[in-house]
Amino acid sequence: MQAAIGHAPHTPAPGDHDYAVTGIDSRKLGMWGFLASECLFFGALISSHLLYRARAPQGVKIPHDVYDIPYTSVSSFVLLMSSLTMVLALAAIQRNDHRRLRIWLLATAFLGTVFIGGQVYEFTVFTHHGVNLSSSVAASSFFVLTGFHGVHVTVGILWLLSLVGISLRGKLPTENHLQVEIAGLYWHFVDVVWILIFTVVYLVPNKH
Amino acid sequence: MAVAVTRAPARPFARPKAEHGFWSWISTVDHKRIGILYGVTAFLFFLVGGIEALLIRGQLAQPNGKVLTADEYNQLFTMHGTTMVFLVIMPLAAAFGNYFVPILIGARDVAFPRLNAFGYWVFLAGGGLLYSSFLFGGAPNGGWFGYAPQTNPTFSPGHGIDFWLVGLVVTGIGSLTAAANFIVTTLNLRAPGMTLMRMPVFVWMNLVVSFLLLFAIPIITVALFELYFDRNFGSNFFNANLGGDPVLWQHLFWLFGHPEVYILILPAMGIVSEVLPVFSRKPLFGYSVVVFSGIAIGFMGWGVWAHHMFAVGLGPVANSAFAASTMFIAVPTGVKIFNWLATTWGGDLRLKTPMLFALGFIGMFTIGGLSGVTHSIVPSDYQQTDTYYIVAHFHYVLFGGAIFGLFSGAYYWAPVVTGKLLDEKLGKAHFWLMLIGFNLTFGPMHVLGLQGQPRRTYQYPKGMGWDFWNLISTIGALTIALSILMFIINILKTARNPERAPQDPWDGRTLEWTIPTPPPEYNFAEIPVVHSRDDFWHRKYTEDETGRLVRIPAGGSDDAEDHEHHGHEEHGHGHGIHMPSPSYFPALASLGIMIVGYGAIYLKSGHWWLMAIGGVVVLAGIFGWGNEPLAEEH
Repeated sequence: MQAAIGHAPHTPAPGDHDYAVTGIDSRKLGMWGFLASECLFFGALISSHLLYRARAPQGVKIPHDVYDIPYTSVSSFVLLMSSLTMVLALAAIQRNDHRRLRIWLLATAFLGTVFIGGQVYEFTVFTHHGVNLSSSVAASSFFVLTGFHGVHVTVGILWLLSLVGISLRGKLPTENHLQVEIAGLYWHFVDVVWILIFTVVYLVPNKH
Repeated sequence: MAVAVTRAPARPFARPKAEHGFWSWISTVDHKRIGILYGVTAFLFFLVGGIEALLIRGQLAQPNGKVLTADEYNQLFTMHGTTMVFLVIMPLAAAFGNYFVPILIGARDVAFPRLNAFGYWVFLAGGGLLYSSFLFGGAPNGGWFGYAPQTNPTFSPGHGIDFWLVGLVVTGIGSLTAAANFIVTTLNLRAPGMTLMRMPVFVWMNLVVSFLLLFAIPIITVALFELYFDRNFGSNFFNANLGGDPVLWQHLFWLFGHPEVYILILPAMGIVSEVLPVFSRKPLFGYSVVVFSGIAIGFMGWGVWAHHMFAVGLGPVANSAFAASTMFIAVPTGVKIFNWLATTWGGDLRLKTPMLFALGFIGMFTIGGLSGVTHSIVPSDYQQTDTYYIVAHFHYVLFGGAIFGLFSGAYYWAPVVTGKLLDEKLGKAHFWLMLIGFNLTFGPMHVLGLQGQPRRTYQYPKGMGWDFWNLISTIGALTIALSILMFIINILKTARNPERAPQDPWDGRTLEWTIPTPPPEYNFAEIPVVHSRDDFWHRKYTEDETGRLVRIPAGGSDDAEDHEHHGHEEHGHGHGIHMPSPSYFPALASLGIMIVGYGAIYLKSGHWWLMAIGGVVVLAGIFGWGNEPLAEEH
């Protein structure tokens, strides 16, 4: 646990809502539980893709034939950098620096948006190459997996932007830094999942 | 919670104030009222699922039955299975969990009260979606496990399967939030001294189930999404023409589906582990072994799923491995059965209704467990697959097991929830009729299955030698219906009976018997300090040198009266106790999810706009939720 910052420390007693036997705030523990569940969600999607990655009718391209690894490497790098800015945002609010909190939250959301833009562009290019949701099971599993990841990033962006809005209205005081930390947990998780997807789906060689 | 409210927050509605009546139930965030909502809703679904079962048995009472058409029959067995699993046993377990887990660990509420309400409303939305299919062109008819390719658009045109897919995704959201909530509540909100190994076994089993849900629900969600995409967006996950593999569906479904079996049975095992010690007046035999067996079942439950798929052709290596793991998982289960028997051994047994149901649970579950072990023998399973033998087996574990256990809990805990005891005579009539009816219904199915009667077939011809046992089975089903009628009469009679139950009618062992009944909103006027397992028992009894139980004279240590005193004093708004305020937003967000669900079901017919409207409602719910503090400042 971080030491209480600034204000007089409030020690929750048994029966209080913020009482925590484990010493981990309930909201944080709940988020860890949710992320554990998400591991299985992406696990099942990745497994489906691993089973199907090379399956396509004769002469039909699979996603592996149209990957642009340098391009996706750049967008992956952008997403990874957003984890850095997320950490800086949390550090800012813990230092009581609310202007920098908003700057770093916006930077994180911006980097996330760049990644999503890259994914939309990538999907469009793939479609022009004849690789779409219906063209093969390999493509179906690719688009559903990366699409769900994209949805997660999008939800994260909306979350970060609402935090900026809450902060602008003066309702994200320093003692509520846990709200930023929890959003950060989610954001880092989505980044980590992408590292896995990029490695397993894009980088591992594929026989057609 | 320290939330600084400097000015009135922007929100669409005023905070609900009603303490009674319709709107108080819509907006409640009290774990006990949510528990009651779960219980009542699930019981109504139980009646509906039961009527479906009766129609099925009516059809099968005689050869060449004419009660139902083939299509109606398919819809009914699909909805019967889906209802009993997702809309009855799971929410009934959630009902007991919601009501009793916080009380049993000495807490005032769950960790996330509004999320808790949201879980209930989402479950109701999912159930509503599923059942509205009867009004909109026919219910799902692909069986409760919805095997591909039967469920693809070619073989299942219409929207029935879409209702099933979307309905289950939506109820899954509710299960997931409930699971996360229970885990955090159990880990974080225990009263001082309530260490993990002092928790009642029911709380333990509920915790194990929550972890199972947390990891199993996302797997079926992926399977449901993949099939949904196949049906609505032209993907090919289960389209064999393009290399899609229907066996992938089976793996994903049963990788969820087998842990699901333990999700259904472990709460009942927890209830029975509470009831047996109380009515034997002995501590649970081998508490830690029972707890660790439950945890072991939770882990091993992930390694047995392919025994549902022996006949698919996974090959001898996979089949042997899963056969072995299936035999292994019988070990912790058997350990528990011996522990329960040892608990009753030499005990001062009182055969009240809850105890009868608990003993019935042990007997029937053991039969179901043993027939389950026969499935683990692969060649034997080849003969049993898709016959009535399987139907017999899983009804012995899920009806004879889970439902008997849940009824045991209902009779046992009714005095806490209502302040009244259910009638013993009617309760015993309920038990014996149900035990006899249950065995008449499902016992003969073992024989029918071994004689080769296939399940999920709407008619059978004359002269197969199946007529007699099918008729017996139908008579048994009617007997079960009669027993449920006894239960309903019992509830109505008890509701009219003004007589209140004593504070601690069963001479209980755990914290729920230390507080006034029905409990005040805040449960405990003063948070208890726990000194041992079965804490309340040890406050009441001690042992003399010969090991005989001696009642501690009422006085200093009799906290029960003390609590009651406090309870009355602080009735209404306990001063100093700050409970979360009611909220409309969990119900509103769930309503939005339901509208999104309809949009998703009718996507192909161009009703995407429903998704947009629903999405706005969901966002409004979340916005309002985020903008209101958990508890209003007084």
